Amino acid sequence: MRDVAVIGVGMNKWGELWEKSLRQVFTEAAILALDDAGIDKIDSLIVGCMSSGLFVGQEHLSSLLADYLGQVPVPAARVESACASGGLALRMGFIEVASGMSDVVLVGGVEKMTDVNGHEATFALGTAADQEYECYHGITFPGLYALMARAHMEKYGTTREQLAMVAVKNHYNGSLNPLAQYPFKVSVETVLNSVMVADPLRILDCSPITDGAAALVLCPVELAKKFKKPVVRVIASGMATDAIALSSRQDITWIESTFHAAKKAYAMAGKKPEDIDLIEVHDCFTIAEICVMEALGLVEKGKGGKAVQDGLTSLQGKIPVNASGGLKSKGHPVGATGVAQAVEIVKQLRGEAGPRQVKDAKIGLTQNMGGSGGSSVVHIFERD
Amino acid sequence: MPTPSRYWREIPQRYRLEAGKCKNCGFIAFPPRLVCPRCQSRAFETITLADAGKIVTFTIIRVPPQPFSDQAPYAVGIVDLDDGVRLTGQIVDCAFEELKIGKRVKIEFRKVYEEGAAGVIYYGYKFVLE
Amino acid sequence: MEGIIGYGACIPRNRIKVEEIAKVWGADAPSYRKGLLVEEKSVPSPDQDTITMSVEASKLALKRAGIDPKEIGAVYIGSESHPYAVKPSGTVLAEAIGATPDVHTADFEFACKAGTEGMFVALSLVKAGQVKYGLAVGADTSQGAPGDALEYTAAAGAAAYIFGREKIVAEALETYSYTTDTPDFWRREYQYYPQHGGRFTGEPAYFKHITGAAKGIMEKSGLKPADFQYVIFHQPNGKFPFRVGDMLGFAKKQIEPGWLVNKLGNTYSGSSPLGLTATLDIAKPGDLILIVSYGSGAGSDAFVLKVTERIDEVRDLAPKTRELLDKNKNYLEYGAYAKFRHKIRKAE
Repeated sequence: MRDVAVIGVGMNKWGELWEKSLRQVFTEAAILALDDAGIDKIDSLIVGCMSSGLFVGQEHLSSLLADYLGQVPVPAARVESACASGGLALRMGFIEVASGMSDVVLVGGVEKMTDVNGHEATFALGTAADQEYECYHGITFPGLYALMARAHMEKYGTTREQLAMVAVKNHYNGSLNPLAQYPFKVSVETVLNSVMVADPLRILDCSPITDGAAALVLCPVELAKKFKKPVVRVIASGMATDAIALSSRQDITWIESTFHAAKKAYAMAGKKPEDIDLIEVHDCFTIAEICVMEALGLVEKGKGGKAVQDGLTSLQGKIPVNASGGLKSKGHPVGATGVAQAVEIVKQLRGEAGPRQVKDAKIGLTQNMGGSGGSSVVHIFERD
Repeated sequence: MPTPSRYWREIPQRYRLEAGKCKNCGFIAFPPRLVCPRCQSRAFETITLADAGKIVTFTIIRVPPQPFSDQAPYAVGIVDLDDGVRLTGQIVDCAFEELKIGKRVKIEFRKVYEEGAAGVIYYGYKFVLE
Repeated sequence: MEGIIGYGACIPRNRIKVEEIAKVWGADAPSYRKGLLVEEKSVPSPDQDTITMSVEASKLALKRAGIDPKEIGAVYIGSESHPYAVKPSGTVLAEAIGATPDVHTADFEFACKAGTEGMFVALSLVKAGQVKYGLAVGADTSQGAPGDALEYTAAAGAAAYIFGREKIVAEALETYSYTTDTPDFWRREYQYYPQHGGRFTGEPAYFKHITGAAKGIMEKSGLKPADFQYVIFHQPNGKFPFRVGDMLGFAKKQIEPGWLVNKLGNTYSGSSPLGLTATLDIAKPGDLILIVSYGSGAGSDAFVLKVTERIDEVRDLAPKTRELLDKNKNYLEYGAYAKFRHKIRKAE
């Protein structure tokens, strides 16, 4: 296996991009990545997108987007793993370069979610859960995470305030991110008074509906040394599956797939949780960030809430989580999220994160998750 | 409107709680499946799930998906049935304040949703407090 | 010998008081209470309908009968509120209890006597040796037009009976039906609420057919009112059953155990069948029971039943009807009631 580097990153401003179609949103971010790398031709394209069919009636993204990027006839693939589609795209791109199959691979993630109404969007997102044995009974994604939140609060004494603090932290970070959808600060009180969506989760515990894309250019490290930017390597890729229905999990307060994906990634990189300088995690809901912190081994089981409260994961904390603003503030165009997490880490490791910069960031980790934890993808990056 | 086949196919599960029990290791698959996730065996026998259990966790859905837009707010929970199988389902006919983790519930046959005024009526299992 | 081998009831938890309805329409609650002898009625939850209540009642009947549902050869639901205009309710019930596919199913309809119709046919098939066991349910989620007199009594409930030739709980000694064409209460297709002939629904309708059926069956069986321990009449309101009982020569105490309407309302096809379940809950071996239903349009089905020793073995295998009626009640305000009963016009 060859060593893989990231030589270009790109992300556009996320939000409700009424004037832009899916093709346009994707191509914009992809061009930014190509320009950042200083190249105009790629050998292969991997696209992560959860549900273009349901959102805009468009499949066959592999060819569509290769064409719109001016790269036809390169090989291309669109991968899907619900909300982990972006992370999975990165993994597939990594494998393609590492295996020697291709040299320059563009990995992109995109989702265009605002061309349907709220109900249709909820339906499309619901396809990440068990359609016949969860959605059939009227559950929603906030509902599934609310089930986890209540169980976590009952079992470990995690408080409503601790959940709110995740949102407060991420919104603070997001307020420093010019590309974030909602770059405003919130207080614990605002979160606790926002409208209830699924008890005990409120609207400010939930990531939004967003249009957006992000892209990376990967190549073997040997080639990377010829490019202008500091070399950032992808030193590990871990992926794990689990039953998609929450009721199938042994412990619904624990994200087993993240645990396994992280274990593989740590082993591949030869690193431990303590070695990581900063992390981008999948905070689709505030409780998710807490559960993921535990599954990644940053804190003991059940101690995630307290760690957030103690500031362990703030920008100035011992291990900053979601310096980008996370899904909460940055937005969550489903297929793009996993790639955008990597974009943030690479920028941080290069020292390009501006007011969000984490000092001396050398090793970063991304964790991207599908559904209520049915799939997890973990990548570790290291600056040369 | 989807064709009725997807609903009709699940009737043995939704109406009668038919599950598959692995003949090799005893794992109960609901719905039934072809490969045991525990021991990869392919041999199953048909059994019926227990009709009562206790609440593992619950939530109140206030922003419902389309087919349930008339019903919100409603409670949904995960229940540990007495035979060890966990089900997701609505908990009905009770005040939300009565819901607590650990309370016992039993299964009742109820209407789950209707496809508008002209579509199929979907039935299935729900939970009521014992 | 053939008869009832299992019985079960389903009554929704929700109730609304007569006062609550009267308040909204500016009506005089005390006179409704007095005139109808009804205090409150049951209201189905939005996720309950004729089919779901039939399933729950049938499951309890199966608990008492102790048979393999696969051996049930006939499944009938009698109702005037079948969920579909075209698609049988009985097939859902048959699937839910595991009686399919070797089973005959039909939906019955005859205003409030659809339940006893199903019972009559199921019993007859068993008697003829055509099926081993027959299941018949009377169930309704009846609608009363807002502000109409019927709104005070139109209620919801289900009673299920399994008939067979062994392990009999109540032997069916005699049956008799009395039928004429009498348009006292009807609902045209595509109409949401039924219409009725006011006072015409009394003497020429309810009283004529119930007395006709009761007299007919007593003549056929050579029995007198005094021979029966209990009698159950169709209960459209609290007064009619006592009045017709009086007309026929029955005493109040024969009627009272099966008289549920004051707390339940009129469950239409479930009315006399539910009254019978409550009566079986307290009857003793050897008791003779007369049940006479009434369905507008019009007709009455009558059955003479003799309770066997086996009642003492099966009675406690499922919740008693009075328990379902009196315990765990949830009182609704009119707004919630109107929402539950789809009386509020919403956007398409």
